[in-house]
Amino acid sequence: MMLEVGLTHFLLVSALLFSLGLYCVMTRRNAIIVLMGIELILNSANLNFIAFSRFGGAKLDGQMAAIFVIILAAAEAAIALAIVLNIYARFATVNVDEINQLKE
Amino acid sequence: MTPATIIQLSLAILLLPLFSFVTLIFLGKRMPRQGDWFGLGMLMICLAMAVAVLASSLGSEEAAVLNIPWVNFGTLPVIGPLQMQIGISVDHLTAIMLVVVTLVSTLVHLFSIGYMQGDIRYSRYFAYLGIFTFSMLLIVLTNNFFLIYVGWELVGLSSYLLIGHWYEKKSASDAAKKAFIVNRVGDIGMFTGIMILYYNFRTFGFTEIFHAIGSGQIPMGSEAWLTAAGILIFCGAVGKSAQFPLHVWLPDAMEGPTPVSALIHAATMVAAGVYLVARTFPMMTADALMVIAYTGAITAFISATIAIAQNDIKKVLAYSTISQLGYMVMGLGVGAYTAGFFHLVTHAMFKAGLFLGSGSIIHAMHHAMHHENDHHSDPQDIRNMGGLRKKMPITFLAFLMYTLAICGVPFTSGFLSKDEILAGTLAYGNLTGHLLIPIVGFLVAGMTAFYMFRIVILAFLGHHADEKRYAHIHESPATMTIPLVIFAALSFFAFYSFNPFGASDGWFFHAVERPQSVVPASVQAAGIEAFEEAAHHAHIPAMGLSLLVAAIGILTAFATYQWKKISADAWATRMKGVHTFLVNKWYFDELYGAVVVGGTLAITQFLRWIDENIVDGLVNGTASWTLAVVFGYSDHAKGKNLSAKMFLLVGFASAVLAGLWMGQWFWPYHSAAGSVAVGVLAGLLTLFFFWSGAGGFDKYIVDGIVNGAAYTSGFFGILFKKFQTGKVQSYLVLVILGVMLFFFWFK
Amino acid sequence: MSLFDIAFYFFALITVASAALVVFSRNIIYSAFALLFTFFGVAGLYALLGADFVAVAQLLIYVGGILVLLLFGVMLTTKLVSVDMKTGTLQALPATLLFAAVAGALSGVYIITDWNVLAGAPDAATTAVTIGDMFLTTWLLPFEIASVVLLVALVGAAMIARRDARSKPTQQAAL
Repeated sequence: MMLEVGLTHFLLVSALLFSLGLYCVMTRRNAIIVLMGIELILNSANLNFIAFSRFGGAKLDGQMAAIFVIILAAAEAAIALAIVLNIYARFATVNVDEINQLKE
Repeated sequence: MTPATIIQLSLAILLLPLFSFVTLIFLGKRMPRQGDWFGLGMLMICLAMAVAVLASSLGSEEAAVLNIPWVNFGTLPVIGPLQMQIGISVDHLTAIMLVVVTLVSTLVHLFSIGYMQGDIRYSRYFAYLGIFTFSMLLIVLTNNFFLIYVGWELVGLSSYLLIGHWYEKKSASDAAKKAFIVNRVGDIGMFTGIMILYYNFRTFGFTEIFHAIGSGQIPMGSEAWLTAAGILIFCGAVGKSAQFPLHVWLPDAMEGPTPVSALIHAATMVAAGVYLVARTFPMMTADALMVIAYTGAITAFISATIAIAQNDIKKVLAYSTISQLGYMVMGLGVGAYTAGFFHLVTHAMFKAGLFLGSGSIIHAMHHAMHHENDHHSDPQDIRNMGGLRKKMPITFLAFLMYTLAICGVPFTSGFLSKDEILAGTLAYGNLTGHLLIPIVGFLVAGMTAFYMFRIVILAFLGHHADEKRYAHIHESPATMTIPLVIFAALSFFAFYSFNPFGASDGWFFHAVERPQSVVPASVQAAGIEAFEEAAHHAHIPAMGLSLLVAAIGILTAFATYQWKKISADAWATRMKGVHTFLVNKWYFDELYGAVVVGGTLAITQFLRWIDENIVDGLVNGTASWTLAVVFGYSDHAKGKNLSAKMFLLVGFASAVLAGLWMGQWFWPYHSAAGSVAVGVLAGLLTLFFFWSGAGGFDKYIVDGIVNGAAYTSGFFGILFKKFQTGKVQSYLVLVILGVMLFFFWFK
Repeated sequence: MSLFDIAFYFFALITVASAALVVFSRNIIYSAFALLFTFFGVAGLYALLGADFVAVAQLLIYVGGILVLLLFGVMLTTKLVSVDMKTGTLQALPATLLFAAVAGALSGVYIITDWNVLAGAPDAATTAVTIGDMFLTTWLLPFEIASVVLLVALVGAAMIARRDARSKPTQQAAL
């Protein structure tokens, strides 16, 4: 086991975060919790960016990418919430599995 | 002001109307007052900047130039290095045009606020005015043929949009289409001309092309090509400036709103053609200039005659515009470069004024008729007017001023410019012997005076046709009268020259000098010195003659319509043939209808006949012949007809024999095996063809493939339906499963 | 164990534990508040990695913006008084298997790979100045595009949400 905290440690945290987010997206019925899962995934990606940025020669390009991810996450959250509200208005539920009109 | 500042200001002048267009087209309806103030404000800023540009440009002899390499294709095979430059340049000509265009456009914007009040597409109308101004400014500012062509087409487009502004009216949408299509005819010529120049000089820039011609390079090494290029480019001007024979679109364009007519006729569209001729003047050979001069003269004459017989006030003004454009083109053609361009500027002022004045009259007439619930009378017919002088004093005085200017009465701007053109034609006639041109020039001057005073007398003097309606006629609002007053003021001589009897001392003639011709000396028109010498001598006689014909024209008009000494109706009946001919505009529309439209229809009819009879005949014939063979056989087979079996047998046997015989060449070593194999193959093929002919191929093989495909897809459809739960997350699980499988597969 | 290591394990623990709480909590409000701690933990990790500006941005945007937005979504779409607050799960078994597979695969790759770690200590000074420079030089175009994207998202979100305000759930459910 590597005792000194290095790149791999951060990456492992990010991997866990990613898997948890993925699990959340796959299993939870409530659309808003699904959105939370997506935020977890985005955070794990950001963690990767910044970790590589730090251990890849301390260039700041990774941080720039992370900032853009944050920006897009904000936009995504706003749009997704608006859609969820619309879905709620139309189907009176935000449970993703009940919105299956695509099947018909 | 440095050249760089001039260029920046010019770019701002160019782009602000475009900005106005974009803003108004998208946001116009939501802006307060539908955004009319926005378009007007943009144009006012443009006007202020244009005046500044003119003032500083007149101070320097050098043109301010900005060139941007636009596309660089590198070195191409066959063609060589290919680079396209775009750019603008501001010299005196451009600076003057900038002021004219922005001034007229600004005042038209202002006038439209009153005139178009309550229109259904009010904001869109102002947006289109913006793009119209932008396109014209592009033509004026650019220094190369490429952008001028872009601007040319944009002017065509925006004129289409504006003429067809009331497109619910069929006549308006037809007029828009007509203007667009007729202009296209001229544009093709212009395009060809540009291509000739580009093919030879590999550049679009005016300066570069003139320089190349000046240094002895001629297209294809022949002066004839140079003349052709000049005339072809002039074709573009013929279309846009409504010269004979493409003048037919302009009178119809009166279907657009009246301020638009003012814009088209004074500043934007028709001026573009004259401007183009002025711009390309140095590369015109003597022959090309002669064509230009005669085109102008013919146009001036034909349209002046038509204008006499029209009763619609806007139609009269339209033909008078064509006639005056003919004057300008004629002036440029004979070499009176400055005079021709000068007439463009002075004419822009008084013709814009005339149209806005007629708009003011129509506006008043329309309201009065609306008040009377009269929807049948034509508010544009001068026979319905009369006596408007007392009711609309401002409009009357302004209109009178413009009319005096267009007739060439002393102390007006029109007198200065017209006089110079006529002196130029006289000089040309003396130098070259083409005496027809000055004769036409003076004749047209007299006719112009006559028909313009005819309008003034019929509309403003005398008594109104309908007393009840007369009571409801009022002067137009201030937004409409202010432009009229400004244009009237600009029709005085003092703005152009302090000497009321000669423009050549004024600033204008110093600012715009005839450029040195660059064409080879053998095909050059009379040089500047010789021409100016002749023009100087012709000046006094020209002035006297033009005053004389103008006076005759005006007096005849008064004698006919005011004092009733001459009966117009009696003359009309006496010269019935001529009158009908003129009322019907020399039957140009009918002629084009018969030749161009009818010819196109005849060709399409002929092609349709070929298609229906020959092409379809071949196809159908093949099909019915095949059907006959196939069904013929299967019918026989059903009836157990012997001859069919015989046919099969003989066919089979002969195929086998032929195969046996031919097989010996196909197989190596000339062995018998080859013959047998090919023979059997040929026999089987024959059987197969008969089987196909009887429908076997279609039934078993084609249908089999189709049904098999349908069955297979149906099977998989049912299979995959099980996975399609409609739940997004189940899909996601499958996707991730797939990704993981790939991951472990390719790790 | 240096101070850096202790800090890392502290923040990593907060991050992973609260993320697990987000995922496994039955109550949506708990999930939302656990997400707050996840964001906070991740911000701490950023700070450890020398990305102070991104850490602050993370706190401001995620905690101050996105999380508030999510809470609004929760409030607007959940009947607070009923038991509806608890939300169910789907297809737990296949998802668990996949979760294990993804986590295992990622971790395996991260551990096995021999990372080429470049030396280069982070600047002691703040990164904000450098990031500001980069925004206006090399990253200018993405920066401008991002601003347009944000504007469009703002307008789009407002439009979508406004349209739904007009319609009643019951009417639309019949569709």
